[in-house]
Amino acid sequence: MASKVIQALYNDDDVLMHAVKKVRAEHHHIEEVYTPFPVHGLDKAMGLADTRIAITSFLYGCLGLTVAIVMMNFIMIEDWPQDIGGKPSFSYLENMPAFVPIMFELTVFFAAHLMVITFYLRSRMWPFKKAENPDKRTTDDHFLMEIGLHDNENELADLLWETGAVEVKVTEKES
Amino acid sequence: MYTFSNKLRLGSFIAMGLGFIFLVIGFMSAPSTVEEAKAMVAVHDDGHGGGHAEAVAESHGEEQGHGASEAHGEEHDSSHDEHLLQQLQNRPWSALYVAAFFFFMIALGVLAFYAIQRAAQAGWSPLLFRVMEGITAYLVPGGIIVFVILLLSALHMNHMFVWMDPEVVAHDELLQGKAGYLNPTFFLIRAAIFLGGWIFYRQYSRKLSLAQDESDDNSNFVKNFRWSAGFLVFYLVTESMMSWDWIMSVDPHWYSTLFGWYVFASMFVSGITVIAMVTVYLKSKGYLEQVNDSHIHDLAKFMFGISIFWTYLWFSQFMLIWYADIPEEVTYYVARFQDYKLPFFGMLALNFVFPLLVLMNSDYKRINWFVIMTGIVVLFGHYLDIFNMIMPATVGDQWFIGLPEIGGILFFGGLFVYWVFTALTKAPLQPKRNPFIEESRHFHY
Repeated sequence: MASKVIQALYNDDDVLMHAVKKVRAEHHHIEEVYTPFPVHGLDKAMGLADTRIAITSFLYGCLGLTVAIVMMNFIMIEDWPQDIGGKPSFSYLENMPAFVPIMFELTVFFAAHLMVITFYLRSRMWPFKKAENPDKRTTDDHFLMEIGLHDNENELADLLWETGAVEVKVTEKES
Repeated sequence: MYTFSNKLRLGSFIAMGLGFIFLVIGFMSAPSTVEEAKAMVAVHDDGHGGGHAEAVAESHGEEQGHGASEAHGEEHDSSHDEHLLQQLQNRPWSALYVAAFFFFMIALGVLAFYAIQRAAQAGWSPLLFRVMEGITAYLVPGGIIVFVILLLSALHMNHMFVWMDPEVVAHDELLQGKAGYLNPTFFLIRAAIFLGGWIFYRQYSRKLSLAQDESDDNSNFVKNFRWSAGFLVFYLVTESMMSWDWIMSVDPHWYSTLFGWYVFASMFVSGITVIAMVTVYLKSKGYLEQVNDSHIHDLAKFMFGISIFWTYLWFSQFMLIWYADIPEEVTYYVARFQDYKLPFFGMLALNFVFPLLVLMNSDYKRINWFVIMTGIVVLFGHYLDIFNMIMPATVGDQWFIGLPEIGGILFFGGLFVYWVFTALTKAPLQPKRNPFIEESRHFHY
């Protein structure tokens, strides 16, 4: 289904921030803002909910730690018991200091990689995906704010010009 | 200007008084003859004496360097009793020393943190400079007390540092080899140089910081920056040597090359914790209005990060020794595993697992009372850390957290609070003309 959106382009991040605040103050719903670089504080200004990536990171870390423990226990204790450091105890717990670096590394490895993958998926980015970016200039030096239209085209366009937009256009958007 | 509240002043005096009484009792109840020492241990040890004593006797020779390598069969018993007497006599001294060093190290850790902020020209922290300067004021009395304890050790008032005893050195080739460095005179000269350098920087930097308030250019600020950078170089070397001298040398046969870093991590995290606690306290009393939750958040991030750093160093030291399993190295941990299970593993829980889980969440770092509660646990953990560094060598399995230990904490804790908060009353809590004060005021995360 195609929906009508209005897009305003800005050429300065400060102007954009003020525009976002003003548009929000007028109770319009901003669908998306495209920027060439991360703009500090934009998420708060847009009223986006806090990220939950930290929680996933913790869970992935726990998963990595578990994988490390199970893996080292199988490899070094069960499958082919090893005499570690001249201490043939053949117990995971007593040999634990030798495994701590692996436990740490896999915790970090899982947390980091799975967190990045989660972030990409959550941002709807995957291989061969067609770019959603509506205007090439947002990868260079322009900022684009996109607002959904509900028969209030003129009113919104006026407001956006007022906030310092350098260009305002109305388009159909596939969704 | 801050005024020292009467309640807090009274509290610090009561702590000092109680601590003093406990310490005196500790010193009075230490045995003075071998018979008394044996009687004391017999009372405590009923039942599980046998196997215990053997393990201790075994660890002596290697650990304490009593020249037991030429173990004299029948003489062994009497030398063991003599050793027991020394351990019991060492206990109040060690309790005094651990607590004195612990509070001194907090002030030194804060001084390092302060110098880093100055040298880095950090924009977030100038609002906290007066708090840090207040805490480092304790460097002067704390340093002098530690020096006096070291001096009394060199005068053979106790046997904490066995290498100071010429009798011991005469029977110990390793100590003879080290005597060029480890001898009481050079030891005291080094201590005086370290303390002199640290105290000089502290006083001079404070002077420049106060002068900056009244000046009409930034020359004092720039001077302070230069001195701080210079101090950090001096500190890096002297802190490491101090940790070998004052702590590692209680086990004179054992050494670890990263010991200086390990002690540094401990003092750094304790110092940052105390900065956070004093700041939150002053804020709760209505001072430091400009300090916001983001400043506390940053301090709590440091508490979290340096706790992990401490664990990293602790583990690096432990794992290499555990893996290699070389007798002269591994005795250090054998003594701790056998006789110090609770403080040794308890310290790991308090200093690593607890801050890791509790301070991981970003929101919790902004909750002031939460930071205070965590800070108390972290400080206790790092007291135990110092306890574990000193006690196994000086009192062996005769350790206990009793009157002298608690007395030491109370006495030096009281003195610390009294001195720090008195220093805080001496100057306005907010620096007036620091060029970064505006940035610090608007600091937000």
